[in-house]
Amino acid sequence: MSFLPYVVAVWLFVIGLWGVVSSRNLVRTVLSLTIVQSSTYLVLLAVGYRSSGKAPIVADISHTFKLVDPVVQVLVLTDVVIEATVTALLLALVIQAHKRFGSVDPADLRPLRQ
Amino acid sequence: MSRRARLLLFAAAGPGLAAVMLIGLGGLPPFGDYHGIYGLLLAKTEVSLRRATDIVTALNFDIRAFDTLGEEFILFASVAGVALLLRRLRGEHQEHRARGIEDHRFAGASEGLRLASLIMIPLIVALGVYIIVHGQLTPGGGFQGGIVLAAAPVAILLGGRYLTLKRIAPEWALEGLDAFGAMAYVLIGLGGLIFAGTFFKNFLPFGDAGQLLSAGTMPLNSVAVGLEVTGAFLLVWTEFLDQTLISAGPEAEKG
Repeated sequence: MSFLPYVVAVWLFVIGLWGVVSSRNLVRTVLSLTIVQSSTYLVLLAVGYRSSGKAPIVADISHTFKLVDPVVQVLVLTDVVIEATVTALLLALVIQAHKRFGSVDPADLRPLRQ
Repeated sequence: MSRRARLLLFAAAGPGLAAVMLIGLGGLPPFGDYHGIYGLLLAKTEVSLRRATDIVTALNFDIRAFDTLGEEFILFASVAGVALLLRRLRGEHQEHRARGIEDHRFAGASEGLRLASLIMIPLIVALGVYIIVHGQLTPGGGFQGGIVLAAAPVAILLGGRYLTLKRIAPEWALEGLDAFGAMAYVLIGLGGLIFAGTFFKNFLPFGDAGQLLSAGTMPLNSVAVGLEVTGAFLLVWTEFLDQTLISAGPEAEKG
């Protein structure tokens, strides 16, 4: 089943996107967005994987071993940290929206007046 | 936008998205059969060129150090945004309100849990520091270790002592840590410009592979990022906890 990781990634992307589209609660919207983002981690890691390759840490193995691609791992590593803080920023916006409109339903959002 | 409008928009755009995704998926390499030469080349040469044994960190803090700078500033900007958004809402009587939760305890924060969280703190700090300083040797580095370090003061919260947490890690100190880490990272990059002629060029001696002080500027970058991530995450958690634990005080009195 060499395509299974991609299937899971697409599944995560689609349910996350559906969560954003159908959401009645802004907190759910934000969490759905993180699910969409986790599908990108899976795609990146799956792209860089090489069958029976070892982790790209050569502290106790020789670098002549077959290794998986380290570049995509770096991308995922920094992305995880960034995602956490960006999610925090979005949740802070949700708190603000709740204080201003008294609701976390995206349909209740109004333009800000001067 | 109403939910109905969103669903209609999605129904219209969905097939297009599905088509583009299928085309994109068709272009992906089969799983487990990757032949990208760039990562392979780096994995083969990094030990001899930089004396680093963790190729991921070597990429993060050396080859891609400039990209990491950008990512670090996304982190910095979003944390600044959180602080800005949540701080403006707090009233002037914050100190007065805060007194009410001096003895705040979570339900079930027993003596045993408090003792356990106290024991956990030094262990978490040791693990976090270990992960940060061994970044270029074994799995780890500033991003991972920073988050572990940030978890240490949260053990105090687990013991039900939120104000003690705020005393140990006040906001000005967390902001300072966050900003200092970001600044230190940029200064290391400028060091490359000054001493080696290229921004973020690794200008320190590489030493021997496997040693704690090896791989040039990588351990320094790791520590700088570690400090920033620690400060950033603690600041975010403090801001959110302030919303629930301190701001909720007067509303609870009203209710």
